[in-house]
Amino acid sequence: MNYTYYPGCSLHAAALSYDKSMLAVFKKLGVEITELEDWNCCGATAYMSVKETVAFAISARNLALAEKTGDDLVAPCSACFAVLNKTRKFLSELPELREHVASALAEDNLEYHGKVTVRHPLEVLINDIGIERVVAAQTHSISEFRPACYYGCQIVRPERALEEDPEIPMSMDDLFTALGAGVVDYPPKVSCCGGMLIATAEEIAVKLTKELIGWARDREANCIVTVCPMCQNNLDVVARRPEGGNGSPRPMPTLYFTQLLGLALGCTPKELGLEQCLVPVTMKAHALPQEEA
Amino acid sequence: MMTFPDPMKGPSEPGVLPETEGELRKAFLSEVDRIPGGALLNRCIQCGTCSGSCPVNYAMDYSPREVIAMFRAGAIETLLRSRTIWICASCYNCTARCPSGIKITDLLYALKRIAIERKVLPSKFPVYVMSETFVDNVRRYGRNYELRLILRYFLRVKPLRLLSGLGDGMALWRHGRMALRPDKIKGLKGLRRIIAKAETFDRPQELVAREKVTDAVGYHALKPGVEAAK
Repeated sequence: MNYTYYPGCSLHAAALSYDKSMLAVFKKLGVEITELEDWNCCGATAYMSVKETVAFAISARNLALAEKTGDDLVAPCSACFAVLNKTRKFLSELPELREHVASALAEDNLEYHGKVTVRHPLEVLINDIGIERVVAAQTHSISEFRPACYYGCQIVRPERALEEDPEIPMSMDDLFTALGAGVVDYPPKVSCCGGMLIATAEEIAVKLTKELIGWARDREANCIVTVCPMCQNNLDVVARRPEGGNGSPRPMPTLYFTQLLGLALGCTPKELGLEQCLVPVTMKAHALPQEEA
Repeated sequence: MMTFPDPMKGPSEPGVLPETEGELRKAFLSEVDRIPGGALLNRCIQCGTCSGSCPVNYAMDYSPREVIAMFRAGAIETLLRSRTIWICASCYNCTARCPSGIKITDLLYALKRIAIERKVLPSKFPVYVMSETFVDNVRRYGRNYELRLILRYFLRVKPLRLLSGLGDGMALWRHGRMALRPDKIKGLKGLRRIIAKAETFDRPQELVAREKVTDAVGYHALKPGVEAAK
């Protein structure tokens, strides 16, 4: 099965290491994924606050382009995933909106027929590839890592990426446990990091993010693993500040789940963009002994 | 001689509102009823699950539960001037947990749009400037351009924060996480035509009259939340 890749703006900028590591992981697992030609910004939450029809229309341009490929659309950024899915859903439910968006798309000779499935790479890994196949491809031990698996908001709400309890998702925990990491129990796994409030109401986002870091420390995690560029950014920026969380000196790096997964699959730290973490990742993956054939 | 209402007689039944407030509420509820699926708001049981689930409730002037109560009571003006609608971080906890399937996050989006349209906020209001700058970026490049977004935003809202935030900015830059050039799409002209056309369906400012406010809550905010209820 082939997939179409929707990176979104973040993965081409501050979250370049998410882009690199996701593509590296898919390559290791032999999964074909092709970037959507000339995609545009999904609109994020900012557009929805200003112009509703425009927000849906620009988001729908991506769906229309993706529909031509005939493949499922994979969006790693949680905000993109949520926005594209919301657009898909509302266009299917609301005839008036569908009509307005169709006439806007027609201005660029585009059509959208409601036939795109928007997916998150975590869900593709779990459902299409499967944990067993990932474990079979493992070449390196990641037992030095004690990750707090942090799902954040927008892959569990308002639409779930995976068919699992949105209050206590376990997919990432299961994945990394199967790969031998010392996954810790992490109660705030679906709590909010504050998102864009880091710019507009900084003290609120910093408070929420510090709580997330504090919980990880309390549970003796040595890193946080996330699926979202916004979460990674907030956690990383706050954790590197001297006052970052509970007065404890222990550094708390935040990795994309594809980075930790990539290490287990034998990608080099460079290939996964690990050097882009503001709080350095000091744990290492170690080559597993070759199994007797 | 002035007459006072007999306190013992009071409202004849429990829950009966004073005349003016009652009329106001009736007017707004009847407007809400005209919107497809609008009756859903009436289904709010004021349980407070939304407020209890909201991570930023503590920083709001009106909790999400109060927003619905006030919306139903017709206090739209107060809501448009509230801090609450700008504090929401779009985490969707309230929407996901609402036992009545009300899409509270989307209701707040709708109120934000009305507040922007009616200009009931200061010109340098952070969330507005952020959204506006973001929208301008997309129109210009088709994608977000983080460096420009951050610079323009802070220059307009709190220029001094640019200095104190230099450390964070430099750290991102040193780690190769700050793109200096914008990522421009090829089909920019087409995208702009799409935006221009779609804009004609969004409410022009001069048409937003007070009596239209409840209509302006958008396509979806009042639609039944089938997904959320399960």
